[in-house]
Amino acid sequence: MKEINYSDIKNNVVKAIYDSCFNLNEYSLNKLREAKDNEDKEMAKTIISQLLENAEIATNDEIPMCQDTGIVTCLVYLGIDVRLNCDLETPINDAVKEAYENYYLRKSVVDPLTRINTKDNTPAIIHTTIVEGDKLTIYVVPKGAGSENMSQIKMLNPTVGENGIVEFVKDVVKQAGGKACPPIYLGIGIGGNFETCAMLAKKALATRVEPKNETISNLKNQILEEVNSLDIGPMGLGGKSTCLDVFIEALPCHIASLPVAVNIQCHANRVEKIEL
Amino acid sequence: MIDVTKLHVGDVIYLDEIVYTARDAAHLRLSKMLENGEKLPVNFEGSFIYYAGPTPTKPGKIAGSIGPTTSARMDKFISLMPKLKIKGMIGKGPRNEDVVKACKENKLVYLIATGGAGALLSKKIISCEEIAFQDLGCESIKRLEVKNFPVIVAIDTEGNDIFKR
Ligand code: SF4
Repeated sequence: MKEINYSDIKNNVVKAIYDSCFNLNEYSLNKLREAKDNEDKEMAKTIISQLLENAEIATNDEIPMCQDTGIVTCLVYLGIDVRLNCDLETPINDAVKEAYENYYLRKSVVDPLTRINTKDNTPAIIHTTIVEGDKLTIYVVPKGAGSENMSQIKMLNPTVGENGIVEFVKDVVKQAGGKACPPIYLGIGIGGNFETCAMLAKKALATRVEPKNETISNLKNQILEEVNSLDIGPMGLGGKSTCLDVFIEALPCHIASLPVAVNIQCHANRVEKIEL
Repeated sequence: MIDVTKLHVGDVIYLDEIVYTARDAAHLRLSKMLENGEKLPVNFEGSFIYYAGPTPTKPGKIAGSIGPTTSARMDKFISLMPKLKIKGMIGKGPRNEDVVKACKENKLVYLIATGGAGALLSKKIISCEEIAFQDLGCESIKRLEVKNFPVIVAIDTEGNDIFKR
């Protein structure tokens, strides 16, 4: 049994929120650098250069890389050999309160109907999976609304096949256009049922899941290629870098179903992984 | 100060202007005030409206992170814009036909700033003061003086639209 306590979780989540909002991760920086080299259009190059400069200023001047510091989602993987001295919600929500206050992040969480702000950016959205082992892993994902709002889920007709899936994904990306702050990343959930499919998309995106088999690997490449031929480009002004990466997770589903969820992530790809 | 009728779609320009932040909630309130014949708390004449809700300003800094929000959500308020006598709007993403028409008829421009470049844009602000609707928090109206603020002309006063390709 490994003991993990309240302050281990809280302090690490605070740090993860800070790191994600002020220091763009190396993976995303590299994707932006590659995209810049790969672009032919001046406007597209200019915008990507601004994004790289923005990331540098965010780190050096301690200004959040984007003003929409989002609502926090935590994907928690809890090992069966871990003993906690508290529930999971308390340290995570306390961390959100502390980080958003101390680091001057924007508090963007409201009651859905009265639209009254909760004033401390809580509650965080927490999804927990029980796994083997004695580790507690948390993916901390502060996410803005611009890209989340353009995400979609659809119950497709099972006979549309892979091309039908690709068409749906392209449709979602087209509708998002310049609104979701491209260059974007796509998390795609295929199968399961209505709610599981959306979770698959979110998890694929946050964990940057590798394709689990050849069919998925081919689908990933097809989607990347076709989406990047749409000429949406950075900020929707044209170019080859519409989508920088695609992550797909699939699960078996009912014979009559083909649920597909597309979760869009903007270039401000804020994800930090905690391992305790 | 810029003459917006000289701008063309696709121009990359650097603004030295007075800009007021206003997004969803502030637009809703301004339009209700006008409907009720109330006096507006701000004289917008000759300035720009910026669809933005910054992070709180850290002590010792001029402004927080302040990139544009999605403009399309403010399309429904376009008839309000000429009444404010502004020169134009700044945001991100495409607008609808009503906005294109309003830009042409009223000689307004729609400019886009790079979405998500909140830290970079923050460095182009030389003063920031909250002047109305303080109760709206990050959605309050702030008066900004911007210098070298990078934008792209997305809809010009002739009604040319960069998103129509
Ligand atoms: S979509 Fe992303 S980069 Fe754009 S404003 Fe929202 S959080 Fe920021």
